[in-house]
Amino acid sequence: MSESKEMKTRESSEMQAQSEQDVFLRPAVDIYEDGHEITLRADMPGVSRDRLQVQVDGNNLAIEGQAAIDMPEGMEALHADVRTTRFRRSFTLSNELDSGNINAEMKDGVLTLRLPKRAELQPRKIEVSVG
Amino acid sequence: MFGYLTGFDTDVFDQLDRMRRQMDRMFGEVSRPAGIRSLAAGTFPAVNVGVSEEQVDVYLFAAGIDPKTLNISLQQNLLTVEGERKIQYPEKVQFYRQERFSGQFRRVLTLPEDVDPDQVSAHYRDGVLQISVKRREAVRPRQIEVK
Repeated sequence: MSESKEMKTRESSEMQAQSEQDVFLRPAVDIYEDGHEITLRADMPGVSRDRLQVQVDGNNLAIEGQAAIDMPEGMEALHADVRTTRFRRSFTLSNELDSGNINAEMKDGVLTLRLPKRAELQPRKIEVSVG
Repeated sequence: MFGYLTGFDTDVFDQLDRMRRQMDRMFGEVSRPAGIRSLAAGTFPAVNVGVSEEQVDVYLFAAGIDPKTLNISLQQNLLTVEGERKIQYPEKVQFYRQERFSGQFRRVLTLPEDVDPDQVSAHYRDGVLQISVKRREAVRPRQIEVK
């Protein structure tokens, strides 16, 4: 309907690596929106709730997680698709989102974030009374 | 009318070049021949395999799957993991990103030949499926005592 409905979330920082330590994995995400909120789902396998960090700094949303993989002693990698255990990705939020009321859930390595839109900006159904 | 073609923001190309070099560094030398059953990088789920003297551990990075849909089989040293991740998307929503894999998957791995198919265990936690297979005793180096 309106052309001003541009991308509500835009990614900020790309992968920035100075050394091996700084290499992060960008988790795959699904982002969708209905009338009330934006939902973000991120794949962060190996990350439990206590190793997850969701931060909002002004308009910037950052998700970060540390995966824990129990490798026994004396084990060597024979094949590794995944070479780092840290996930990170960030997004720029638009002003209509109520960043103070973000709901976060973590289950089986999937992070679900619900970002509600500010109450006054949600579409409101107007009742028509017949009289 | 067309302006300067070189007047474009050259930062874009610098960034692409930097990213290419980072990718090369991260994924390393690709000169080794690929396993005949190997899949393209980025296939879901990602797999790591670790070996020690006693066992072989296979880690599959599959977030959000129902372990009951998994079909894990080990035929001698050929490990097959099949499963499905069906993501239920709500209706009447607008998508901005849809990067997560949804559907059936299968990964087939050739493990070291001395794995014992009778000693396999599998454990799913926080989105990581860990499959451990013990190696056969006979192949472990035996210490020879000098009397």
